[in-house]
Amino acid sequence: MAVVSTETVPVMSEADVVTVRRRVRETASHLGFGLVDQTKVVTAASELARNTLIHGKGGEMVMSQLNGPRVGLQLVFQDKGPGIGDIDLAFRDGFTTGSGLGLGLGGAKRLVNEFEVISRVGEGTKITAIRWK
Amino acid sequence: MEKIPILRMGEFLLVTIQVDMHDRLAMTLQDDLTNRISETGAKGVLIDISSLEIVDSFIGRTLGNIASMSRILDAQTVVVGMQPAVAITLVELGMSLEGVRTALNVDAGMELLRNSVDSQKDLLYGSRFY
Repeated sequence: MAVVSTETVPVMSEADVVTVRRRVRETASHLGFGLVDQTKVVTAASELARNTLIHGKGGEMVMSQLNGPRVGLQLVFQDKGPGIGDIDLAFRDGFTTGSGLGLGLGGAKRLVNEFEVISRVGEGTKITAIRWK
Repeated sequence: MEKIPILRMGEFLLVTIQVDMHDRLAMTLQDDLTNRISETGAKGVLIDISSLEIVDSFIGRTLGNIASMSRILDAQTVVVGMQPAVAITLVELGMSLEGVRTALNVDAGMELLRNSVDSQKDLLYGSRFY
């Protein structure tokens, strides 16, 4: 998997969540994603960024453009928050520890092609999402 | 503080969301609209989201809350102008915006509001046609 370029966006405030959406939109458009695919990956990024901010107490997103053999957009959200105790439960629609609907993690997973969660209680969470063109 | 303007037109309130909403802005809109309905006795709220490039679970929930709160305050809410890509994404995300009435554009939304307010008046005062 060839990484063409990488960019880091902080996720420390609600304004940063808006910046994440804008940068993901611009990059997906640059890679030639269609409008529906752009909208899906931006929406997934918005859900994950909010999780990083609220549950992870802030962190960052590392966005990479992938090229070869396939063109894609990889988003890695990392935080040093409390971590996720029960990942299966966290994926379930309707499950929430915050004030949301509980669609964030499961919903984001449905909007991308590859999805991986690595989390250690007390250490933090790293979520990798890829949408192929 | 940044705010989304609410316009009053007769017995309706109109909102056009033209900025990329962060969560607090969505919460502020929810509070402002609820207050304005109660101050003005508005019978309908029309929210134009044609400029919104995404609706994520938070914004979707806020639209649902606005619809529920206005219903309790005796006002109808119609959300208009959702972009097709946004609708596709929203359903895949797992949100169906239950309880939120929608229309394709502002004209259709206004007609929906007028009809539902008129039929309510008919129920209260008898049909206008007699």
